Amino acid sequence: MSAPKTLYDKIFDDHVVDRQADGTCLLYIDRHLVHEVTSPQAFEGLRMTNRKVRAPEKTLAVVDHNVPTSDRSKGIQEEESRIQVETLAKNAADFGIEYYSERDKRQGVVHVIGPEQGFTLPGTTIVCGDSHTSTHGAFGALAHGIGTSEVEHVLATQTLIQKKAKNMLIQVDGTLQNGVTGKDIALAIIGEIGTAGGTGSVMEYAGSAIRELTMEGRMTVCNMSIEGGARAGLVAPDEKTYAYLAGRPKAPQGANWDAARRYWDTLNTDEGAHFDRIVKLDANNLPPIVSWGTSPEDVVSVNGIVPDPSAIADEVKRESKIRALSYMGLTAGTKMTDIELDVVWIGSCTNGRIEDLRAAADILKGKKISDRLAYMMVVPGSGLVKEQAEAEGLDKIFIEAGAQWREPGCSMCLGMNPDQLLPGQRCASTSNRNFEGRQGFKGRTHLVSPKMAAAAALAGRFVDVRTMN
Amino acid sequence: MQPFTKLTSTPAPLKVVNVDTDMIIPKQFLKTIKRTGLGTALFSEMRYKEDGSENPDFVLNKPAYRKSEILIAGDNFGCGSSREHAPWALLDFGIRCVISTSFADIFYNNCFKNGILPITVSPEDLDKLFDDADRGSNATLTVDLEKQEITGPDGGTVKFDIDPFRKKCLIEGLDDIGLTMEKAPKIAGYETKAKADRPWL
Repeated sequence: MSAPKTLYDKIFDDHVVDRQADGTCLLYIDRHLVHEVTSPQAFEGLRMTNRKVRAPEKTLAVVDHNVPTSDRSKGIQEEESRIQVETLAKNAADFGIEYYSERDKRQGVVHVIGPEQGFTLPGTTIVCGDSHTSTHGAFGALAHGIGTSEVEHVLATQTLIQKKAKNMLIQVDGTLQNGVTGKDIALAIIGEIGTAGGTGSVMEYAGSAIRELTMEGRMTVCNMSIEGGARAGLVAPDEKTYAYLAGRPKAPQGANWDAARRYWDTLNTDEGAHFDRIVKLDANNLPPIVSWGTSPEDVVSVNGIVPDPSAIADEVKRESKIRALSYMGLTAGTKMTDIELDVVWIGSCTNGRIEDLRAAADILKGKKISDRLAYMMVVPGSGLVKEQAEAEGLDKIFIEAGAQWREPGCSMCLGMNPDQLLPGQRCASTSNRNFEGRQGFKGRTHLVSPKMAAAAALAGRFVDVRTMN
Repeated sequence: MQPFTKLTSTPAPLKVVNVDTDMIIPKQFLKTIKRTGLGTALFSEMRYKEDGSENPDFVLNKPAYRKSEILIAGDNFGCGSSREHAPWALLDFGIRCVISTSFADIFYNNCFKNGILPITVSPEDLDKLFDDADRGSNATLTVDLEKQEITGPDGGTVKFDIDPFRKKCLIEGLDDIGLTMEKAPKIAGYETKAKADRPWL
């Protein structure tokens, strides 16, 4: 009998093409997602070396980062964005890759459409030139972001040179309170371990609170693994996973589905398998979390205060946190619920799925957003999410509350398109990064869940969504 | 890829933790479809004022560090976005070596694909190297990849670890796609077996 394995060990071992004596492996890649920002140089590299795409049928391309979220019928106005989008369209056509253009209703944020199409499957290896590829780990897929040189490597060889990472277990037990979500779990974990806490590791999320999460909630948690330093997050597949995937366009059908199910049922960590590190989180007492600084580790309970960095012993760290407070225009000791907002943004690969929009709409229904806000923007994660939301009347709830209802894309999560904060504007955002300048030059981002974002939109400042009805 | 063997330069100290790749190269420069020409955009939002003029307080704008080829930075350098534009921008500026107490995985990987050597040192050694770097043009560091050694201005040395395969690729400037293509029969063999084992893929 072989030694007990973790879920990560199992998927990794099933994809080793070659193992060198020093442990460097060639790992087979089952699924490759491609977007317009990190791929042009990779395709250029293929052309320069006269190489082909080894497995175009295992590759799916979509535009998301640059696309405007306003009316697209007249094309993309901004020249550089348009060129990048057109470049992907041409590359996909030249190399025989399936491509969703900005006019295709299947288009959307790359990490929303992978699962939506059933392209993301348990036990597969998935890569994309995008750090939030960790999202797909919610399906029990080994999924991580890569650089453009590696995109080229995967296009040419359908493999990646990898060394085995460490195994890290995030055990979340208990029951979340009403109003507390997967986003709060993710932010709390990052606050606990720091943004380098998972460096060199693959995180497996387990425990009753993770089992209780919907697939959307699990995707949110896995999505944020990279903000905790881990390239990949994993949740073992279960009936919820199968129910989500059944009938999706690219999911297996018939006898293949049955065979796949049998394999997927083996994808869990064996009793007694070794983890290099275990972190535990109690879901019962978890409050809604809000970020205060410029790193996703800078988080606090919504009922907390902006912390005082002057007590940090390490000089470089202390100065960095003081710099963060200054950038955010905040004073230590301020109650988080006293922080007033200019913008609320809902969307992204973290929280742009149908469940996220339902959660936000549920808070906003029949109410108006605060006059304080310059605007509130809701950006569905994909054209299909948008269609579903409209079928449920969510768009009307948002519009009647005073929010903007937009076309799908990455939008203000990183502001490569025209959706950007102005200098000094303070935003409650359901995205994943509060880095300096992330949502716009000198813009100020506070990371929250969709429910917390919606509650903040009504009040014009942060409020504990648990106190609202 | 340009090989990396040995490098001597005045190191520039960037005393910030969690330097993310958005900071190294902001999004507005990601719209390029080329790898080159990103050096002027490196650390753009810290390096330039709103009117586009240089911020004299930023380390790479100070006379001693304008031509630094070694960057010393706080913990968790290169976190966040996978954008390879970050090492492209560093390289285009002229930086070939980054020293920190830890690096984010994707950035770390990306460095090796571009002939940049990321070196991980202990917090004590980082403090010492920051002190050396603070001396400006009076102090140079020599990084010797073959010996896995950093030599300071006073002759003291710091040893560092590096994965042997990555070291070899860097020293010889190897194209790893070329190396992998040599294993094409193994890849084909894997595909045949995987098709039988997991026919739904």
